[in-house]
Amino acid sequence: MSTTILAPIVLTVLGIIFGIVLAVASKVFAVEKDPREEAIGEILPGANCGGCGYPGCGGYAASVVKGIAPVNACAPGGAELAKKIGEIMGVTVEEGARKIAQVKCTGGGHDKTRYDYVGLSSCLGISRVSSGPLMCSYGCLGGGDCVAVCKFDAIAVVDGVAKVDFDKCVACGACVDACPKHIIEIVPLNAKKYTELLCSSHDKGPAVRAACDNGCIGCKICVKACPKEGAITVENFLATINYDICIGCGLCSRACPRQLITVDGKVLPPKPKKEEPKKEAAPAAAPAEAPKAAEAAPAAPAAEAPKAE
Amino acid sequence: MEGITSLLSIGLAAVLVNNFVLSQFLGICPFMGVSKKVDTAVGMGMAVIFVMAVASAVNWPINQFILVPNGLGFMQTVTFILVIASLVQFVEMFLQKAMPALYEALGVFLPLITTNCAVLGVTLQNAQKGYNFGEAMTYGIFGGVGFLIAIVLFASVRERMEFSKCPKAFEGFPIALVAASLIALAFMGFSGLKVW
Repeated sequence: MSTTILAPIVLTVLGIIFGIVLAVASKVFAVEKDPREEAIGEILPGANCGGCGYPGCGGYAASVVKGIAPVNACAPGGAELAKKIGEIMGVTVEEGARKIAQVKCTGGGHDKTRYDYVGLSSCLGISRVSSGPLMCSYGCLGGGDCVAVCKFDAIAVVDGVAKVDFDKCVACGACVDACPKHIIEIVPLNAKKYTELLCSSHDKGPAVRAACDNGCIGCKICVKACPKEGAITVENFLATINYDICIGCGLCSRACPRQLITVDGKVLPPKPKKEEPKKEAAPAAAPAEAPKAAEAAPAAPAAEAPKAE
Repeated sequence: MEGITSLLSIGLAAVLVNNFVLSQFLGICPFMGVSKKVDTAVGMGMAVIFVMAVASAVNWPINQFILVPNGLGFMQTVTFILVIASLVQFVEMFLQKAMPALYEALGVFLPLITTNCAVLGVTLQNAQKGYNFGEAMTYGIFGGVGFLIAIVLFASVRERMEFSKCPKAFEGFPIALVAASLIALAFMGFSGLKVW
């Protein structure tokens, strides 16, 4: 037989043999996979961000089917995806609020430095040199370690401080782990009115004043202004918002002498005249302060602050 | 005794003198691609040893008993590609069922090797050099060991390189290529090495 004919024949036969072997092997060595795992894997975003705590989307799907992982752990997929996974798994999902990362520093003290830093431009490197050049040891260093680890391009350093893009952030938590200052937190995003208190400083009042333009001094004025018990608390000279309780009324923002608390990104003006009696009526403790603030609105913060200390 | 010495010299040559990556420039793709961390490099190296050994074992009889007797030596490349591709698939399925732990350990590297030309290279060279089965197996296994050594060395260098300063234009891949060439140069020191 001539080689011209033999060559394709041999190759074809070999191909057919291998094909059959593989086909048989795929049946014989078939590892039973839960069809639900595949179904979940298909609807997952496939970003493999690891925010759920499992190795990639495949790992998460497998863990969900095994019953180890909760169905709503996928931050990029959000509530909608949790619902779908819940349908596949046959469980109902409580609708949780969307979460985002929050950099708890406004950068109010980013020009108040103890020394000039020259060296590696990563937060890790900067923080190694006597905790960084900032006077505030809780401040964002602006080195961009969080930016480097973000797979969603959702965080950027603006004016020396990391800022989160709410639309892009999926709360995967990569930046939380990357920040050597531990000032990034995952918080629920209240869609209606998003109240922010961007400060991590546990320093006492005078120290914060020296180091930052608007850091929290722990004066507790916000706690008194708050109509809901426990929505904002001060511990170790730092106010913290509990997003489970906060209703986004903004009274703390109006009251804060440091103009630190923002609602939807804005500091509300200190107590407008007309609304104030109604609003202040709710928290019974506050009315005495109300007229004072009304008299001199801009001066109010400055006047109230020292007392609180 | 003579058989063993010749096997040893084949093995030594495959590891150092004719190192697949650094002297013959085969299998460069995984060498560059999977060498960012020593851990993954070790995984890849192990997988390559495994596949090269199995590929040598399977391709040798196919070449010896099917291709050569029919005068189809020129079909080696095509046939070996076919064999290696289906072999890797088969091994993957087998491991998943029989040895899940090993399957997990090799992970994504196993399918990656399908297109690794070092594997194709070792089987082709087995055929060209006219090795017998034992020699072919030795060449396959030690070729894989050579790959493991090369990729682990290179990964260690790259891990260090991450922290050293280099000109912006050279950052990342270009400097890695330079480093690879330097390691290859160093391996040239082994050329002409003969113990037996």
